[in-house]
Amino acid sequence: MNPASSHQPPATSARVAGRALPLRGDDIDTDRIMPARFLKAVSFEGLERHVFEDDRAADPAHPFNDARYGGAAILVVNRNFGCGSSREHAPQGLQRYGIRAIVGESFSEIFQGNAVMIGMPCFVADGASIDRLQREIERDPAAIVTADVASGLVQAGALEIRATMPPAARDGLLSGRWNPTAMLLDGIDEVRAVAGRLPYIANFPAR
Amino acid sequence: MSDTLFHKVWDAHAVRRLPSGQTQLFVGLHLVHEVTSPQAFDMLRQHGWRVAFPDRTFATVDHIVPTRSQQRPFLDVMAEEMTVVLERNCREFGIPYWPPDNDNQGIVHVIGPELGLTQPGMTIACGDSHTSTHGAFGAIAFGIGTSQVRDVLASQCLALDPLKVRRIDVNGSMRPGVYAKDVILTIIRQLGVQGGVGYAYEYGGTTIDRLSMEERLTICNMSIEGGARVGYINPDDTTFAYLQGRRFAPRDAAFDRARAWWRSMASDARAGYDDRVAFDAAAIEPTVTWGINPGQSVRISERIEGDPHDEAFAFMGFQPGDRVAGTKIDVAFIGSCTNSRLSDLEEAARIVRGHRVAPHVKALVVPGSRAVSRDAEALGLDRVFVDAGFEWRGAGCSMCLAMNPDRLEGREICASSSNRNFKGRQGSPTGRTLLMSPAMVAAAAIAGEVVDVRTVLPEAVLA
Repeated sequence: MNPASSHQPPATSARVAGRALPLRGDDIDTDRIMPARFLKAVSFEGLERHVFEDDRAADPAHPFNDARYGGAAILVVNRNFGCGSSREHAPQGLQRYGIRAIVGESFSEIFQGNAVMIGMPCFVADGASIDRLQREIERDPAAIVTADVASGLVQAGALEIRATMPPAARDGLLSGRWNPTAMLLDGIDEVRAVAGRLPYIANFPAR
Repeated sequence: MSDTLFHKVWDAHAVRRLPSGQTQLFVGLHLVHEVTSPQAFDMLRQHGWRVAFPDRTFATVDHIVPTRSQQRPFLDVMAEEMTVVLERNCREFGIPYWPPDNDNQGIVHVIGPELGLTQPGMTIACGDSHTSTHGAFGAIAFGIGTSQVRDVLASQCLALDPLKVRRIDVNGSMRPGVYAKDVILTIIRQLGVQGGVGYAYEYGGTTIDRLSMEERLTICNMSIEGGARVGYINPDDTTFAYLQGRRFAPRDAAFDRARAWWRSMASDARAGYDDRVAFDAAAIEPTVTWGINPGQSVRISERIEGDPHDEAFAFMGFQPGDRVAGTKIDVAFIGSCTNSRLSDLEEAARIVRGHRVAPHVKALVVPGSRAVSRDAEALGLDRVFVDAGFEWRGAGCSMCLAMNPDRLEGREICASSSNRNFKGRQGSPTGRTLLMSPAMVAAAAIAGEVVDVRTVLPEAVLA
């Protein structure tokens, strides 16, 4: 199977619509999203089974245990989500679990970058808006929430909040070119030129 | 024009501006390990891509290696498979690789500096968030995910947005019993675990200037725990002296040329910063975490404050008003890319010498690399630890993240010289981690509980 296609979410990733899952709390680290013992593998397959595994075991009321949120496509979080380890296994697990977009107050940079690399948008909105959104989802877990990359609008019933994301992530998701490898390879001659100018590449030759 | 090291290095490595507005940034050194690379190599194979700069890429195995016996095949079938897969990938793509039994093996963030691979003015990437460690040399070094590992393998580049730069000055003299670990824990506590998001941290000031390279590595290592993907220290004579004679460092006349270039990359005295903060080193005490993120720490003399409903209290078993000092520990771990270098072990051994580990404590020392092991053994430090009741193990990441057999059981409490006290981090979902300096871990191992290292340091040091 072509890995790019296996990592590409549905073509609608620029606009995600589905039920949502509110996960409250700041500084939820990637060790919690995907405990390290599940990184002992040579592929990302099956990671969906282990998302928040230890938190879920410790707390029967954890939102990922709550049947009302089963099948959610949008995760709504608070501040600094995905801090800590750079493990892409965290967003990979969430995406394979069925999450296609995350809306939060803020994200760790590495997590946000990893999410965009696999076509999963991370929307950022202010704390009051996120709180309203989480309350609305808790009030009506069956409500369809939409998150639109182009407009930055996240809607749940009558509630509409305005969100942002880094311009490059937005453009990539809208154009379908969030995966930059081919673009980086296009510039390979310029890459070699830059390498040729950096003195350490040839271990500081006399020039 | 005056500028920061961050911008000088960025500009020197910028290939072009991408249509997305991001910069295509050349990566001067790519370190690869077994956990975050196998899927990236698979993606390369499936696209028919080669590794663009195999000679700028180096691999070893660190996260999953057992530390009790490093005999192959590993008893853990999956650990063995991950190692075999890395070996096959390195062979197929022509990447230099140091296997577990090689003299150069160790934690990537320990061996990069020790081999002289890590140099000032470079961009360095690795599929590991603690890549910020290498910033101690005045490199711009950052952690990446597996898809980005694929990009660096295929093109030696990443698509990135530049960061803002926050200058963090630490001035004055550190008091005896206070270490680099205490300095960075204090910085993270004050600026917060989210404070560095969007920033590169530039550490400077008279305290930082006087630190050894190994101490600087500890500081930069934990930048990511403060939310800063990049942390660095401008290169100076301490940096150059450390590099001289290292295996991959330039030699003779080339070293002189290198030094001139390295100096030119340092931040100019009048460089502008997006933000500045300052710390007084004399006010820093031995510091220990009490909670479930590295910003939740206290001075050892201080009581814990906070919202009693914060889940950290219930998880850790503390209450507002408690002290961490006096907390009984079950495990003492000296190791990790934060604090597993020779000077860390020397400092811990100084405290351990002539004492015994408390009977209820399991204590282990895991050197960061085989070179650290050799150097420590040449000094007899292994005997000091073993005589005191510590286990002396082989090199690896070990109980920092417990991807090998070294892990906490149940609700055990571990005094740890590592970098993360996240829930479940040390392998037991209910295990508890107290982060502190290696000297503090040593003191806790002997006392059987968290103690102020200043009460056990030889008097000559405190005088």
